[in-house]
Amino acid sequence: MDTSSVTAEGSACISERQNSILTTGKSKSSIHCADDSLAGSVSQRACVFCGARVVLNPVTDAAHLVHGPIGCATYTWDIRGSLSSGSEMYRNSFSTDMKERDVVFGGEKKLATCIDEIVGKYHPPAIFVYSTCVSGMIGDDIIAVCKAASERHATDVIPVESSGFLSGNKVVGYRAAAIALMQLIKPREGETVEKTRKLNFLGEYNLGGEKWVVERYLREIGIEINVAFTGDSTVAALKQAPGACLNLVQCTGSMHWVAMSLEQEFGTPYLDVNFFGAANTAESLRKIAQFYGDAEMIRRTEVLIEREQARIQPILQKYRKKLAGKRAAIYVGGAFKAVAIIRQLKELGMEIVLTGTQTGKKEEYDNLSTLLDPGTIIIDDANPAELEKFLLEKNVDVMAGGVKERVLAYKLGIGFVDHNHDRKDGLAGFDGAVRFAREVYVTTCTPVWSQLKATGRRV
Amino acid sequence: MSMETVATPKVKQVNENQCQQCMPLGGVVVFKGVENAMVLVHGSQGCSTYMRLTNVEHYNEPVDIASSALNEKQAIYGGEANLHKALDNVIRVYGPKVIGIMTTCLAETMGEDLERLVATYRENRGITTVDIIPVATPSYSGTQTEGFWAATRQLVAYYAKPTERHNGINVIIPHISPADIREIKRIFDLFGLTYTMLPDYSMTLDRPYGGRYQKIPPGGTKTQDISRMSGARATIQFGVTCPDNLSPGLLLEQEFGVPLHNLPLPIGLQNMDQLIETLEKLSGRSLPECLERERGWLLDGMADSHKFNADGRPIVYGEPELVYAFSSICVENGAVPVVIASGTKSSRLTGLLVTLLTDADEQPVILEETDFAAIDAAGFLSGANIAIGHSGGKFLTERRGIPVIRVGFPIHDRTGGQRVLSAGYTGTLAFLDRFTNALLETKYESYRELRKEEMGIKEGV
Repeated sequence: MDTSSVTAEGSACISERQNSILTTGKSKSSIHCADDSLAGSVSQRACVFCGARVVLNPVTDAAHLVHGPIGCATYTWDIRGSLSSGSEMYRNSFSTDMKERDVVFGGEKKLATCIDEIVGKYHPPAIFVYSTCVSGMIGDDIIAVCKAASERHATDVIPVESSGFLSGNKVVGYRAAAIALMQLIKPREGETVEKTRKLNFLGEYNLGGEKWVVERYLREIGIEINVAFTGDSTVAALKQAPGACLNLVQCTGSMHWVAMSLEQEFGTPYLDVNFFGAANTAESLRKIAQFYGDAEMIRRTEVLIEREQARIQPILQKYRKKLAGKRAAIYVGGAFKAVAIIRQLKELGMEIVLTGTQTGKKEEYDNLSTLLDPGTIIIDDANPAELEKFLLEKNVDVMAGGVKERVLAYKLGIGFVDHNHDRKDGLAGFDGAVRFAREVYVTTCTPVWSQLKATGRRV
Repeated sequence: MSMETVATPKVKQVNENQCQQCMPLGGVVVFKGVENAMVLVHGSQGCSTYMRLTNVEHYNEPVDIASSALNEKQAIYGGEANLHKALDNVIRVYGPKVIGIMTTCLAETMGEDLERLVATYRENRGITTVDIIPVATPSYSGTQTEGFWAATRQLVAYYAKPTERHNGINVIIPHISPADIREIKRIFDLFGLTYTMLPDYSMTLDRPYGGRYQKIPPGGTKTQDISRMSGARATIQFGVTCPDNLSPGLLLEQEFGVPLHNLPLPIGLQNMDQLIETLEKLSGRSLPECLERERGWLLDGMADSHKFNADGRPIVYGEPELVYAFSSICVENGAVPVVIASGTKSSRLTGLLVTLLTDADEQPVILEETDFAAIDAAGFLSGANIAIGHSGGKFLTERRGIPVIRVGFPIHDRTGGQRVLSAGYTGTLAFLDRFTNALLETKYESYRELRKEEMGIKEGV
C-alpha cells in the first residue's frame, strides 16, 4: 500500500480529495463540494441531528427532547452561546436515553412517556422531538407519537426528522429544523395573524446578545423586530411570524429555505443582511431602510451609521496598524460566515491566504473566489492534515474557525479567533466589529508566540 | 445504612441533563493511550466529530478520530465498503501500527459484524503490519466508563499471549487525567518497579509545546509490552468498581494466572496508603523518603483544614471509580457527602460506598444511572454546599450557587482539564486545598451578611 502522501503545494493529502481544493486564479475547474464526506478522512463536519439541534436550540421556552441513546443529547446539551431574555428551558437537555430493550422492542412507548413527564413537570408551550440514528434506523414513528401527544396535551409537540445517518452535512439538518419551524408557526385552521410593520430576523441566534444589538439599531431607526429565528425567541413569538412585513435573512445556510417558505405561505418578502463587520452592518441597515422607503427612517439610519462609524473607526484604525499585512486563514461551518470574516479581515488590512467551509455550496464558493486575491487556497470539508499543511505552507499568522481548529492552530504557534456557535462574545454590529478586531489583535500579536518560537520545535 | 438511602428507583423515564457520556468515547481515549494507534469510529460522521470536540475541549490537544461516515444507503445495505475505504485512508494519511475501531449505536443497530468486516479487509488488502482491533461500544448498552474498560480489556485480549514469566508489574487505570497518570508512574518509579501502564495517554493527550501538530503523537503503551502483560508478576488495577466481565485484570488472572490486586484509585490518604502497602510488598522496599515527606505534608494539611472541611456538604458525581475515590477523600476529612451520584450503573459502587460510610453521622443519597435533574433535586433537599465532578455540574453553580470542584472528564468550561492532579499524597493535598478553599471563599463572601440576616440586624439600628 502506498503510504506516502502527496505534498506538492495546493495538493491534498488524500488524492480523492484533490477536487475539493482549489487555488484562486490557478484552478480552472470549479470546486467539488456539497457531497458526502470521504470515509476515513477525519472531516470536521458533524451530522444532520447537530444541524437541526443548533438551529432550534435557541427557542428559549421550548423543551428539546432527543429520542435516542444518551450520547446525542449529552453532546448537544447547552451547545450554543445563545442568550435568553426570559425562559432558560432551552438550556436543558432531555433524552429518552434509549437502552438495548428500546432498540429491540421499539422506543415509541418510552418516547410518549418522556413527553408526558416533561409536560407534567414543566408544561412547556412546545416540545421539539429529535430523531437520531437509532430511532430512525429502527423505524420509530415519531410523527405519530408527536401527533398523539399534541392532542393528548393540547400543546405543540413537533417532530424533527434528524436521523444522523441521513447525511454528514449539517445543512440537511438545517432543513429538518426549518420544516419543524414551519409546522410550528403555521396558523391553525380559521386563525390568521395580522400583518404589521415589524420584521422577522432569520438566521440570528443571539450569540452573546447579538440579536439585541441589532434590535437596538432597528429601534433607533423606527423598526421593531417581530421575532428572530431563533435567537431569544419564544414559541408564542414564533407563531406571530406571519405578521411581519419583511424577513431579514442572515445565516443563509440555515434559513434561506425558511425565508422562501414564508414568502410562499404568507407573501412576506425577504432581504439578505449581514451584521458582521462595520461595513456590512452599515450596508444592511441602509438596505432595510430602503425597503421601508420612509424618508425619516433613511435619515435616522444615516445619523446612526455616521455616529457609530465616527466612534469606532479610530479604534479599528489602531488595530489596523498592528495587523496590516498579517496573513489569515478561515475555516468555518458555512459560506455566510466565511464571507463576513473575509470582509472584516480585509478591512483590517490583512491578507487572506486560505478559506474553507464544511458545508459551502458551489455558487457560494464561486462568490468567495471573487472576494479573494489570486493564489488563495479554497477548501471544502477539510481534514486536519490538510489544514496543517496549508497553514504551514501559507505561513499563516492567525486563523478563524471553531474549537477543533483552535487546538491545531495553537500547536503550530498560530493565533486563533473563535467564530463558532458556542462563543460567548457577541461579534455583530459596530461594537461587535471592534470586539472582533480586538480578538484578532490579541491573538495575532500576543507576546506568547515569540516566546514559543524561541523555545519551540525541540520536542 | 437505611434502605431508603440506597434504593434508587428509576421513577422517571426521561433523562434531564446528562451525567454520562457515550460508550465509544471511553474507548477512543484508551486507544489514544497506545503507541502509534489511530481510532476509527464506525458510524455517522457526527459521532466522531462530537467525540473529537469533547476530547479537544478537555485535553486542549488535536484529537483526530476518523469516521466511516455512514449514510442512508449504507445504513440499509451495510457499511463494509465505507469501513474499508476509511481504513485505507487512515492507513494512508496516518500510517498507524494499530487501529482501534469503535462501533456506534448505528453500526450495532445495523448489525454490522466487525470481526468479519475486518477479516475480509485484511484478506482483500493483504494487510499484515497494522493491527486492527474492533471494540463493540453501543451507547444503548453502556456509558463511557464501560467503553473505557471494554477497550482496555479488548487490547489485553488481542495482544496477551502465553509468555515467559518476568518481573514486571501491570498497571491498569480507569479514565484519569494525564497529570494523575504521570504521578502514579512517578510513584512506581520511586519503588524501583518495572511496569507496563495500560493505557498511557499521559504524553499523547498532553503534549509539551513542539511547534507542530503530530498526526499520531509519540507516547502511549507499546503493543509489545501489552503482549507481555500475561507474564507479569502481578497486576495492579485501579478498578474496584469495574464489573468482572469488563475487567482486564481479571482476564489476565484467569487466562494467564497473573495475580490481580484490584485497588481504589490512589486518591485520598487511605486509598494511597493501600497502594503503598501493595507496592512495598511487591518491591520489597519500604516507603521512599520523599513519599514519606509528602504523606506528612498531607497529614499536616488535613489537620489544618479539618474544621473548615466539616462545614462541607458535598455532592460527588461522575464515573464510578472517581466517585468512589473522591467520596473517600471527603469521608476521611470529615466532609461526608450528602449526595453521591453516577450516570453509570455499576454493580459494585453502591456496595463499596455502604462500607465506606458505615460510621457516617448522616447517610447520603446514592444515585446510579442518574441525571443532573435528580442530582440537583437531591442536593437541594439535603443542603449541599459544594460539588465535586466534571463540567456537567455547572448548573449546580449557576442555579444553586454551589461551587463545583472540577475533576474527571470532561472539563470544557475551564482550562487545564488534562493537568488536574488528584492522585498520590501530593495530588490528594492539592485537591483538598482546592476543596477547602472553595468552602472558605463562599464563607468569606457571605458570613457577614448571613449573620446580620440571622440576627435581624438593619443598618443604623
